[in-house]
Amino acid sequence: MAQANTGPEMTGAEMVVQAMKDQGVEVVFGYPGGAVLPIYDAIFQQNDIRHVIVRHEQGAVHMAEGYARSTGKPGVVLVTSGPGATNAVTGLTDALMDSIPLVVFTGQVPTFMIGTDGFQEADTVGITRPCTKHNWLVKDTDKLAETIHQAFHVATSGRPGPVLIDIPKDVQFATGTYMAPPKAKISHYQPKLKGDLDLITRMVEMMETAERPVFYTGGGVINSGPAASQLLREFVEATGFPITSTLMGLGSYPASGDKWLGMLGMHGTYEANLVMHGCDLMLNIGARFDDRITGRIADFSPHSRKVHVDIDASSLNKVIRVDVPILGDVGHVLEDALRLWKARGRKVNKSALAKWWKQIAEWRAVNCLSYNNSDKVIKPQYALQRLEALTKGMDRYITTEVGQHQMWAAQFLGFEDPNRWMTSGGLGTMGYGLPASIGVQIAHPEALVINVAGEASWLMNMQEMGTAMQFRAPAKQFILNNERLGMVRQWQQLLHGERYSQSWSESLPDFVKLAEAFGCKGIRCSDPKDLDDAIMEMIKYDGPVIFDCLVEKHENCFPMIPSGKPHNEMLLGDADTAGAIGSKGAVLV
Amino acid sequence: MSPLNIKQGSTSHSAYDLRDPNGDVIEQHTLAVLVDNESGVLARVIGLFSGRGYNIDSLTVAEVDHAGHRSRITIVTRGTPQVIVQIKAQLGRIVPVHEVHDLTVEGPSVQRELALFKVSGKGDARIEALRLAEIFRANVVDSTLESFVFEMTGTPEKIDAFADLMRPLGLREIARTGVAALSRGA
Repeated sequence: MAQANTGPEMTGAEMVVQAMKDQGVEVVFGYPGGAVLPIYDAIFQQNDIRHVIVRHEQGAVHMAEGYARSTGKPGVVLVTSGPGATNAVTGLTDALMDSIPLVVFTGQVPTFMIGTDGFQEADTVGITRPCTKHNWLVKDTDKLAETIHQAFHVATSGRPGPVLIDIPKDVQFATGTYMAPPKAKISHYQPKLKGDLDLITRMVEMMETAERPVFYTGGGVINSGPAASQLLREFVEATGFPITSTLMGLGSYPASGDKWLGMLGMHGTYEANLVMHGCDLMLNIGARFDDRITGRIADFSPHSRKVHVDIDASSLNKVIRVDVPILGDVGHVLEDALRLWKARGRKVNKSALAKWWKQIAEWRAVNCLSYNNSDKVIKPQYALQRLEALTKGMDRYITTEVGQHQMWAAQFLGFEDPNRWMTSGGLGTMGYGLPASIGVQIAHPEALVINVAGEASWLMNMQEMGTAMQFRAPAKQFILNNERLGMVRQWQQLLHGERYSQSWSESLPDFVKLAEAFGCKGIRCSDPKDLDDAIMEMIKYDGPVIFDCLVEKHENCFPMIPSGKPHNEMLLGDADTAGAIGSKGAVLV
Repeated sequence: MSPLNIKQGSTSHSAYDLRDPNGDVIEQHTLAVLVDNESGVLARVIGLFSGRGYNIDSLTVAEVDHAGHRSRITIVTRGTPQVIVQIKAQLGRIVPVHEVHDLTVEGPSVQRELALFKVSGKGDARIEALRLAEIFRANVVDSTLESFVFEMTGTPEKIDAFADLMRPLGLREIARTGVAALSRGA
């Protein structure tokens, strides 16, 4: 690059720290090692950027994800070469699937050793190419600053995602010219934000006449920023259309809103899924027709015209063909659509809408989330209902692990605002929730952060309790302990002749003693009568808590759309399950 | 079958894309992808095809603008119309990809491939090989008393046809570059 070398001279390691500062980074999650020692040296000699030392690199990436999702800012990770980088791969893939902006720095063996199978050498850019939005191997210190600035740009613009910068150790030691962000070359990567006005007009025209419309919203609304959620709320209230959301989009519209149908999809509510099946106009705002949502493609919402707003062109018409594909940022498109709809006289088909709501009321009356409660054993649904009741209105953030508890949390906890709900949706990463809760807590030190967990998922990254203790991150670990891999067990019951292969948790630790071993508080509760007091004790404790909530071991998560079935063939309870899933459905996940 | 039954890949007789977007007919398309000539860019493109299960019939790549560090990748791929659209969208979101052109739908294009054929034989077969090479306007670029290496440029179909003719005449090896393509006109 023939650029004027006007910036200050510094080492590559110093550039990494300087570039982070110039990008507004406040905290880095990381783990040192041989190939990043110069960067750790530079971190040691400054006080602006806080470093959170984790216990495992996977934990660092999930913490950064929790940080990013709860703040809207990119999460930053620093790990060493070889195993440091490979341990980060699960987190990178998770962030890619859920569109979470991350900037991950990895050390690499010196440039002259690359390709020699050096100690702790791995082909990091090769390994992470399919699990990052983009990655770079920087071989020249003079290009390092520019690459880092570009990396932040790529991670945060368009559809967000994780990026990785691999920096050989000699590049960290060498001296070069630092370039501040405004001077750095602007990437050609500039995704389109404004949607096509003709298409938006078509969308508005459809909304004016629709008899059975629905807003189907996703993580794109949250990624677009708080303004997008605000616009969505305004649009929903003004039109009176019902709204449902994917797992990723919870909180963009408040759960207390009267237009809210609950989550849709495989474990979504009866009313949400039947509205999707029966609608005549589907407004997909920043969701991606995931297979957990669509069920059998051929029978997906057969009578509707579909509008799809997405910032990623490859999401449009990928699995479901839509009538109006709008490429653009959710916030920008909603703003234009709302303005147009108002300018054209705020028309909706009132009489048809009233009929539609009458139908929805009938579906709601099914009360699909009901369950048989018990006064002897804690039902997981009851535990979450009590958690919801006792923490409602608090400055609360929820993370989850993956499995039944995750679906129950999505069903029974209400989210009033965006960025309050962090869960591994696309990749379904067990072990996500504990580190993510620490990342959220570090971003919001005063808030109540709760990781709703299953005991099996939680064990996958339990080493991070050490991080929580060290950094005084009082995240509460609310473990619904059924001594089972609950979702696996449920599928084995429904699909595999009740042969429960390897799906129980044997030799579990004593979670209360485990908490004591880490130096935090352990609480065990097995009696429904004690639950409220125990939850309050957890909330009031000033520090991390491991809450071992012993729940019913064989509870199944309903409603459920079996794999390979359409929305209108939901199972509402155990009585519906006999022979519900055919051999074709069994091959699906 | 496409209801309009338009020949595969042919759009030159209409200003509109007349193909059935939901069709399940497998079409062959030639894509030109302009990319930054940076390390790993070809791996990204190939990884996209293998990772998402798309087909590559042929692929050529070379730097075309040294000063601008720009390379041109020409990919011949096949799939249903929906898959082709998806391939283009997926290519478009690779960060170092600047432009994606579907030469098959954007208008008429010229497509050429270079191939080398080693044919060995004696007597009549050898004379026949040379005679056919002249008809196909192939050049002899190497010759021994018992062999020729022919060089030929043309469409993939022409090269296939020539290879079929050479096979009984002692075809030993073929090297093909894969298709390079440009749109016609200014």
